[in-house]
Amino acid sequence: MTVPRLLSYHPTKITASQREHPILPPLLEIIGLHTEFRTGAGIVRAVDGVSYGVEAGETVAVVGESGSGKSVTALSVMRLIPDPPGQITAGSVMFAGRDLLTLSEPEMRQVRGGEIGMVFQEPMTSLNPVLTIGRQITETLEQHRGLDSAAATQRAIDLLNQVGIAEPVRRLQQYPHQLSGGMRQRVMIAIALACDPKLIIADEPTTALDVTIQAQILELMKGLSRDRGIALIIITHNLGVVARYADQVNVMYAGRIVESGPAAEIYHDPRHPYTVALLRSVPRLDRPRQARLDPVEGQPPDLTRLDAGCAFRPRCRLADAGCAVARPALTQVGKAGHSAACFKAAA
Amino acid sequence: MSEPVSTEPLLTVRGLRMHFPVTEGIIRRRVTGEVKAVDGVDFTVARGETMGLVGESGCGKTTTGRCILRLEKPTAGDIIYDGQNIATMDTAALRGFRQRIQVIFQDPYSSLNPRMKIGEIIAEPMYVHGIEPDAGKRNARVKELLSECGLNPNFADRYPHEMSGGQRQRVGIARALAMNPEFIVCDEPVSALDVSIQAQVVNLLEDLREKFGLTYLFIAHDLSVVRHLCQRVAVMYLGRIVEMADADSLFDSPLHPYTRALLAAVPTPDPTVERGRDFRPVQGEVPSPMNPPSGCVFHPRCPMAVERCKQQRPEPREIRPGHIVACDEVR
Repeated sequence: MTVPRLLSYHPTKITASQREHPILPPLLEIIGLHTEFRTGAGIVRAVDGVSYGVEAGETVAVVGESGSGKSVTALSVMRLIPDPPGQITAGSVMFAGRDLLTLSEPEMRQVRGGEIGMVFQEPMTSLNPVLTIGRQITETLEQHRGLDSAAATQRAIDLLNQVGIAEPVRRLQQYPHQLSGGMRQRVMIAIALACDPKLIIADEPTTALDVTIQAQILELMKGLSRDRGIALIIITHNLGVVARYADQVNVMYAGRIVESGPAAEIYHDPRHPYTVALLRSVPRLDRPRQARLDPVEGQPPDLTRLDAGCAFRPRCRLADAGCAVARPALTQVGKAGHSAACFKAAA
Repeated sequence: MSEPVSTEPLLTVRGLRMHFPVTEGIIRRRVTGEVKAVDGVDFTVARGETMGLVGESGCGKTTTGRCILRLEKPTAGDIIYDGQNIATMDTAALRGFRQRIQVIFQDPYSSLNPRMKIGEIIAEPMYVHGIEPDAGKRNARVKELLSECGLNPNFADRYPHEMSGGQRQRVGIARALAMNPEFIVCDEPVSALDVSIQAQVVNLLEDLREKFGLTYLFIAHDLSVVRHLCQRVAVMYLGRIVEMADADSLFDSPLHPYTRALLAAVPTPDPTVERGRDFRPVQGEVPSPMNPPSGCVFHPRCPMAVERCKQQRPEPREIRPGHIVACDEVR
């Protein structure tokens, strides 16, 4: 693994808290992660020095728009980046005392679906269309837990009950296309839960679902997390979902975390101009109509053409010449645990 | 009709039904059932108004829009637009009519031809309808439309793949405007866009409505955007309108249990508000429109349902002036 010349490591809330409580490291700690994609248009630094941590039982949201690197960060944690064209070039991912980036492939396979469960956005493409629901759940159990077929089936029935699927015995015989979108996502959660994971990574788990079904799925995940102390990473662009469910929030822009902190801090005292603009631009259901929305002007950046300065600078109302010189590092702003990567955010 | 023209709605939809046959068999096709995508919908849209049509997937909101565009021929019902019934109009009459009602689609990736330049995409409807036969004037108009929609006029020489989602959606809007329409059916025009881009397109739609005196039918599932944009809103469930009112009364004092469930399910971007509320999501899923429940279609999921709801389909009633609810349990 090569270390880039300008390895930008930002001390985050988690490393600070780690210093205070050296006995209890976080469940997951991503440190200085860099993931690149070699494309025809040049090298895309999809993840450009991301560090964050997840404590046991905590719900951490990663918020950002398409291309901000939020999903690539999660895929890097699971070592699911297609290589080529992708490559994790630096950083470490500490999980339960080990660096996942140094594990062998068979060891990593035990982590995926075993200690860390995953729920993806599109349950139709992440389930295998030619295998029954039952087979897809029991496969996980046989692989990771070494259960025999009868025991695995029994456990699969239990799991479907836990995720609120009626008539589990009949459902086990069915194929994904026979289930509704909400039901498929419940099956994905059942598979993620199969081996009692300590962490579930959910990448836009409800984006493809209707709003009443979205609420059911998120309540289910939050309930499971609360009852069993499973930590959750929820990757989303929906600021409402984050407000309802997250303890900690990381806002990403152009491959970096630009603001990080407890949910209440991020929403009530946002410091990075991007976070401020994003929160201001969304219309709210609980407020009467206002004259005009206040959008974030301009377009998201082209990641092959980033310069040395702050990536948000072209769209930022506070930007000046100083912002072109270097990319600002995450530094503490406001209360403890709240940090922002902006030269103008300090106060 | 003795009323003065000014109070006459621009669009009146009465008893609209769109049933699609369900067939089985490959060699011998036989109809085995039907999907009642739209099953008796009534509403009006006034000139200059933005009417919201909301509901979850499969509720029939898009099919209603497609009937108004006459991309589908309705099974039954009337669609009276400016005094003429579009529902029964023949192809020849429709051709001239289509200029007046345009559409903006949800997905800016699939609704633009990838092999055509942006300029050709916008110019083609003008060419087809003979609005601007002169090629030079047509190109000038394309550039004007592009800058009207907040794009650089030089984009006329680009291809769709060279543009971002937000820019493509602006092209879709420019193409709709090329016909100088009065009425635009906006079918989920911002749902495929990033959060920071959504607000830009919403503002653009509002500016254009004011500038050109447009009337919108705004079809969406994102209730926050609907609240921001629409003066009146109709909520659909399984092919029927369950509640219709002006936007503020609908969002501040929803009456139908489905509307309440739908509004409660939307999380507010404010952790303090969210922590302080006791939220329980509505149970169950939307039933199949092939085999809808008896009586009130919402009764299997409804917390207020009584025995009568299983037998009797509730008719829409005007509970307060302009506030229509199809629920017999609401007083």
